Amino acid sequence: MSVPYAKLPLWVEYGLIPLINLVVAFLVAGLVVLLVGESPIRAATLLVQGAFGYGEGLGFTLYYATNFIFTGLAVAVAFHCGLFNIGGEGQAYIGGLGVAIVALALDGIFPWFLTLPFAILAGALFGAAWAFIPGYLQAKRGSHVVITTIMFNFIASSVMVYMLVEVLKPIGSMAPQTETFLPGAHIPTLDWLLGIFGLDIGGAPFNLTFVIALVAAFLVWLLIWRTRLGFEIRTMGASPTAARYAGIKEVRIIIITMLISGGLAGMMALNPIMGDQDRLQLDFVAGAGFVGIAVALMGRSHPVGIIPAAILFGMLYQGGAEIAFEMPEISRDMITIIQGLVILFAGALENMFRPAITTFFATLSGAGRRSEATAAGE
Amino acid sequence: MSDLAIELRGIDKSFGPVHANKNINLSVHKGTIHGIIGENGAGKSTLMSILYGFYQADAGKIFVNGDEITIRDPNVAIAAGIGMVHQHFMLVDNFTVLENVMLGAEENAILNRGIVNARAELKHLEDEYALEVDPDAVIEELPVGLQQRVEILKALYRGADILILDEPTGVLTPAEADHLFRILEQLRDQGKTIILITHKLREIMAITDEVSVMRRGEMVATRKTSETNVEELAELMVGRRVLLRVEKGPADVKDVKLSVDGLTVRDNRGVVMVDNVSFEVRAGEIVGIAGVAGNGQSELLQAITGIRRAESGTVLLSDKPIDVTGDADPQDLRKRGLAHVPEDRHHMGLVLTFEENENAILGYHYDDEYLNGPMLKLDAIRSHAASSAEKYDIRPPDVRLKTSNFSGGNQQKIVLAREMERDPAVLVIGQPTRGVDVGAIEFIHKRIIEMRDAGKAVLLVSVELDEIRSLSDRILVMFAGRVVGERTPEATEGELGLLMAGVEEEQEAAQ
Repeated sequence: MSVPYAKLPLWVEYGLIPLINLVVAFLVAGLVVLLVGESPIRAATLLVQGAFGYGEGLGFTLYYATNFIFTGLAVAVAFHCGLFNIGGEGQAYIGGLGVAIVALALDGIFPWFLTLPFAILAGALFGAAWAFIPGYLQAKRGSHVVITTIMFNFIASSVMVYMLVEVLKPIGSMAPQTETFLPGAHIPTLDWLLGIFGLDIGGAPFNLTFVIALVAAFLVWLLIWRTRLGFEIRTMGASPTAARYAGIKEVRIIIITMLISGGLAGMMALNPIMGDQDRLQLDFVAGAGFVGIAVALMGRSHPVGIIPAAILFGMLYQGGAEIAFEMPEISRDMITIIQGLVILFAGALENMFRPAITTFFATLSGAGRRSEATAAGE
Repeated sequence: MSDLAIELRGIDKSFGPVHANKNINLSVHKGTIHGIIGENGAGKSTLMSILYGFYQADAGKIFVNGDEITIRDPNVAIAAGIGMVHQHFMLVDNFTVLENVMLGAEENAILNRGIVNARAELKHLEDEYALEVDPDAVIEELPVGLQQRVEILKALYRGADILILDEPTGVLTPAEADHLFRILEQLRDQGKTIILITHKLREIMAITDEVSVMRRGEMVATRKTSETNVEELAELMVGRRVLLRVEKGPADVKDVKLSVDGLTVRDNRGVVMVDNVSFEVRAGEIVGIAGVAGNGQSELLQAITGIRRAESGTVLLSDKPIDVTGDADPQDLRKRGLAHVPEDRHHMGLVLTFEENENAILGYHYDDEYLNGPMLKLDAIRSHAASSAEKYDIRPPDVRLKTSNFSGGNQQKIVLAREMERDPAVLVIGQPTRGVDVGAIEFIHKRIIEMRDAGKAVLLVSVELDEIRSLSDRILVMFAGRVVGERTPEATEGELGLLMAGVEEEQEAAQ
C-alpha cells in the first residue's frame, strides 16, 4: 500500500513532464547565453530557424536525427534487458566497416537498391559482432557490460584507424579514408519528400536511411512488446530473479539482446557512409553513439519517445551549428553545454519535478478519486 | 489528561490519492501495553511512522505526556522519550552490542567517554529489566531473539519511556516470542508504555491491556482486551465475519508424487543450508514444513524447483528424476507438472512493473496457447488473465493495471491463480499468506485445501505455525538445514516450538 506516487494521466507522464524538463533546460541554457553577453531570444530564434526554418536546415536536422534514432534504439533495447550498452559508438564504427566493404564490393555491379539490403545486413552483422564479445563476457563471466563496451569503443577506434590507414586507403591517397563509392552504393536523398511541402533540400544529406530508421523503430516496438523474446527480455531487465523462476535462460537472453543492440547501432553507419559521404572516413560516428544514450533516456526507451527525442537532438546539432555561425561569441562548445543541459534535465534530473506535479494532480482530482484509489488498494 | 502517554487527535495523511490515515484519534494510557491491529495496508505503519517522525501528518495534533509537540524527525521523537523497534532490525551486523547501542549517541569523537558511559548504563538496564546480553558480542553471531533485545536496549538507552514495536514476533520462535512478552510485561510493570503493532490476534489477546483496530486508514474501534475476543477483533479488522479455522476433511492419500532423498544445498556463501534432507509427498496430502525463517526452507524450495543448484541428493517428480545437481530447468519442470508459488512474490513470483496479464502467464509464456510463432497472442493472454481474475476474485479486475498497484493479497492471488489453474501434479508453496490480509488468507487456505482434495501433492512451507498446523496433514520441522522431526497436526504448539528451536541447542544457549 505504501505506493509513494500515484499513476499520472498518460499525457502528463509522456507529454507534460518531458516538456517541463525541456523548458527548464532551455531557460538555464538561456542564462548561460546571457552570461556571455548575447541575447537568449536571438539564440533561440536562430536555433529553431536554423533547424526547421528552411529546407536545407530541416534536411540536416532530420539527417542527424536518423543517426540518433538508430543509436537511441540500440541503447533502449539493451535498457529493457537491464543492460547499459554504452558501446553504441564503437558498434556503429565497426558497423561502418561492414557497410563500406559491401559498398566497395558491389557498387560497380549492382544498382543502389540491390546493394542496400546487403549493406544493411553487413552493418548490422558487424555491429552485432562487436557487441557480442561484451555480451558474452557479461552473460558467462559477469564482466560488467558498461566497462567492456566502453573499452570496446577504444578498441574499435584503434582498429578503424589501422584499417583505414593500412588496408582500406587507396594507394597514393593522403587521407585516411576509402575510395569514393560508385553510384551503385549511394542511398538517394529524400529531396522529393521535402519537395512535397515546397521545401528545397539544398545540400542537406537527408536520405532514405531515415525511412529505414523509422521501420527499425517499428520493428523494435514489435519485438519488445509483442513477441515472446521481448517478453523475456523485459522480464530479465525488470527482475532477474523472476526471470530465473520463469525458466528464462539468462545467458541466451543477454547475448541475444546485445546482438540486437549492436546490430541497431551498426545500421547507423548507413546514413553517413552511403547516404552522405559516399566513403568510409575516420570518426564518422562523431559522438552519435553517446547521444543515443540521452535519446533513449529522454524517449523512455520507447520507440515513440525515441523518434521525437532524436529529432530534438538533431535540432540541437543543426540549429547549434547555425548559432555558432551567426553569433561568434557563442562557440561550438557553448552548444555542447546546451546539449548537456538538455541531457541533464531530461535524463538525469528527469524526476525532479515529478513529486510536485503528482501532488498537484492528486489535489486536482479531489476526493472522488481518493476513495476510488483506497478501494482499489484493498 | 496526564495519564495519557500518547494522544493523537485527528491525524490525517495522504500519499498522492492514497488516503493512508483518515482522521485518526488514539489514546494510549501510561504504563499499559496498547495493541494496534489491522490488516496489511490498514495504515498502522504509516501512523507509527508519523508518531516517530518519519512522515509528517497532513493534519492533526500529537500530544506526548499531555504536551503538544511537533515531531519533525525521529530525533524529536527520541527527545520526547519515544523509542521504536523496527520489524527489520536497524543494527550494524559486524558491530558489537555495545557499539550498536551507542551508535548515534557517541558523546565525543574519540568515543572514550561514550564507551564507559554506555557500558555502565547497559549494565544498569540489564539489572533493572532483566535484559541480559553480552555487551561485547558481535551482532551477527547472536540469535534473532537476542538481536531484538539489543534493539530494545538501544531504545531504552536513549531514554525511551514509550516503546513502539512493529510486528516484533515475525522472526521469532514461539519460545522467543514468549520470552519477549515477558520482557514487555516487565517493562510495563516498571512504568514504561508499550505500543505493539501486529496482525496476529493471538498476540493481542495474550499480552495487551487495550487494543485499537484499524481498517482502511481508519481507527474503527478501541477495546479493553479483557472485554473483547478474537472473533470480534477479526470482524472489526476485516469488516465482515471471518472463518478463522480452516474446514477440511480427512486426506485421501495416493501415490508418491514428489520424493526427496538426501538433498544437500549450499547457499551463495557456501554454507550448508539444507543438510541431507529426505521426505516424500503423496498425491492428496499437504506436507507442511515448519521452522523459523532462515533454517533452509527457502533453499530447499529453490532446489526442488530448479532455481538453485543442489550439491547432492536426488529428487523424483512423478517417479522421474529432477536434475537438481545439474541444470534442472524451471520451464521443463512446469511442463512436467510442478507448480511453484515462491516465497518472495515481489522479486520472484511477479514482475511488479508488468501489467497484471503479463504476470498471469509468467513462466507459462512458452505455451502455444499464448503464442503465434514468435509473437504473443495478446487477446488470448488477456482473456486468460481476465478469467482467472474472476475465478480468484482478484481486485480490481483490471488486467492492464500495473501489478505493483494491487494489494499484497491480490498479488498473491495472481500468483496462485497462475500456478493452480494449470492442473499440476505437485504444488510447492512458500509462505502463501505472507503480507496478505485476513480476508484473503481465508480464501487462499480454502484453495490450498481444494488442491489437496483434487488429488494434488502439496508441499507447504510457512513460518506461520498456525498456518502449518491448520493446513497440513503431516508436519516436518526444519532446524539448521535438517528435518528434525515429523509430527501430526495434532501436535501441540509447544512441542513443535521446541523442535523449531532445535531443543538441545536451545538448552545450550540458555547456559
